[in-house]
Amino acid sequence: MASYSTNEFRSGLKILLDGDPQAIVENEFVKPGKGQAFNRVRVRNLRTGRVLEKTFKSGESVEAADVMDTEMQYLYTDGEFWHFMVPDTFEQYAVGKTALGDAAQWLKEQDMCTVTLWNGEPLTVTPPNFVELKIVQCDPGVRGDTAQGGTKPATLESGAVVKVPLFVEEGETVKVDTRSGEYVSRV
Amino acid sequence: MADWRPAAAPARPHRARLNALLREFMAARGVLEVETPVLSGGAPLDPGVESWRAQAPGGGAGYLQTSPEYPMKRLLAAGSGDIYQLARVFRGEEQGPRHNPEFSLLEWYRLDFDDRRLADEVVELVQAVAAGDPGWFRPRPEVCRVRYADLFLDAFGLDPLDCTARDCAAVAERTGLSIAGALDRDGWLDALMSLVLAPGFEPERLTLVHDYPESQAVLARPSAADPGYALRFELYWGDLELANGFHELTDPAIFVERRERDIERRRRNGQDMPDPDGLFAAAMHAGLPDCAGVALGVDRLLMRLIGAAHIDRVIDFPWGRA
Repeated sequence: MASYSTNEFRSGLKILLDGDPQAIVENEFVKPGKGQAFNRVRVRNLRTGRVLEKTFKSGESVEAADVMDTEMQYLYTDGEFWHFMVPDTFEQYAVGKTALGDAAQWLKEQDMCTVTLWNGEPLTVTPPNFVELKIVQCDPGVRGDTAQGGTKPATLESGAVVKVPLFVEEGETVKVDTRSGEYVSRV
Repeated sequence: MADWRPAAAPARPHRARLNALLREFMAARGVLEVETPVLSGGAPLDPGVESWRAQAPGGGAGYLQTSPEYPMKRLLAAGSGDIYQLARVFRGEEQGPRHNPEFSLLEWYRLDFDDRRLADEVVELVQAVAAGDPGWFRPRPEVCRVRYADLFLDAFGLDPLDCTARDCAAVAERTGLSIAGALDRDGWLDALMSLVLAPGFEPERLTLVHDYPESQAVLARPSAADPGYALRFELYWGDLELANGFHELTDPAIFVERRERDIERRRRNGQDMPDPDGLFAAAMHAGLPDCAGVALGVDRLLMRLIGAAHIDRVIDFPWGRA
C-alpha cells in the first residue's frame, strides 16, 4: 500500500485518516530549535466535507488514499441511483444519493461531470463549473423593473432554483455557475 | 519552475540595517567578529538537529554547519576571548512559515558570563536594535522571565521531571492536541511547549524561559542549585523562538556522557549517524574557559522587527527558489 511521509505533505495530497479519505488543506512545519519536529495539518474529509486539525510527529508515514478524479458523462437516474459513464471505456458507475450530494440539482443528461472514485467506488460528484439549463417555471417579468436590477426565483429543468433577472422568461435557457449557484447569462 | 525573481525586496534594506546594528552592538562591547568554516569534517550528534551532508567530487565528504558553535568553542579554548559571528547555517529539510533550511545565526560567547547575565544581554540587544530604526515598530518590547518547570506546573500541573510520556499525552489530550506517532517524554514536552505553551505567550512581549531539563541540556552545564535541570535559556518574541543560550558545559566527562546518550537516541530513532567532530571533542578535553554562549535567529528577529508573518518575506531566495 502506498504511503506518504510527512516531508511529502503538501496541500491537495489525499491521505487515509481515521478510515476516511482526506485531502490536506494546509501543512505547517513546527519545530523547536533543538527538539522534536511536527507537522500540523488541516485536512478535509472527502466523504463528509468536515475539516479538522491533526498533528504528526515529523517523519511519520500515513497511508495514501486511493482517490481518483475521473471525467464521466451523466446518463440517467432510476430514482435510486444516478448512472455515469466513462466515455472512453463505456464503463458505468451507479452513484447513490449520499455520494451525489448537492450535485443532483445541476445534473442534465449527457453533461460531463467529475466523479471522484475511492477504491473504485464513487465518493463525490462535482458538476461542471457552468451548466446551461432550461427554466421550467418562473413568474412573468414585469416591464420597467429591469432598471432596478431586481431578481425572481426560477426553477430549472434539473430541479435547482436560482435567482434570475426579471426580464428572463420561462422556457428560456440560462447559464449558471454551479459553484456559487448564481445566474450568469441567457443562452 | 520556480520564480527567478527575489521574494523579499521590501525587507532587503531592513536586513542590511539590522546586520549593521548587530555589528555595532558587538563592537561597542568589545566582542570580536570571527569567521569559521561553513563546511567541516564532523557534525553534531544532537538528535534535534540534522546536518546536510556535502559530497566532494573526489569522493570526500563533509557537513554543512548547523551552527558555528564547535569551531567557535575551539577558538575560545585557544584563548580568543569574547567572540561573535554572523553565520549562515543549514538544518535538515526544515521548511515552513518560520523555517528555511539555510538561515542566518548571530552567535556569540562571553567569558565569565553565566546564563542569566547573557540572557540579559540578549534582551538588551533585541531592545537596542528594535529602537535602532524609526520604521521598526514597538516602543520597547517588555520582557518576562519564567522557569521551564513553572511554565508546565502553572499551565498543566505537570512536573517536567516527574512525569511520563503518558502523563504528557493525557495533558495534551485535555488541550485538544492529539499527535500521530510515538513520542518519548522529551518529545511530548517539546510538543506541549511548541504547540500549546508558546502560542499563549504575550504577542508583543519577550519571554525568557530558563532552566531546561537536563535531558534537553545539549551543551549547557547542569544546574548545581536545581538537580535535573541545566543552565539553558530560550528567548521568545511573542510565540516566535528567537534565541537559545547556555552557561556552557566545560566538564569533558559530562560532554562524553551526553554524546553517548545522543548516539543512543539517534540509533533508537533510526536517524542518520554523522561522523562526530573529533577536533571539537579535543578542544573540550583541552579545556573550554568559563563562558556563556547564545545563538539568535537573525531572519526571525527581522520578521518581528518589520512584522513579517512568513520567513519567505525576509529571504530573497528561500529554498525552492534558491
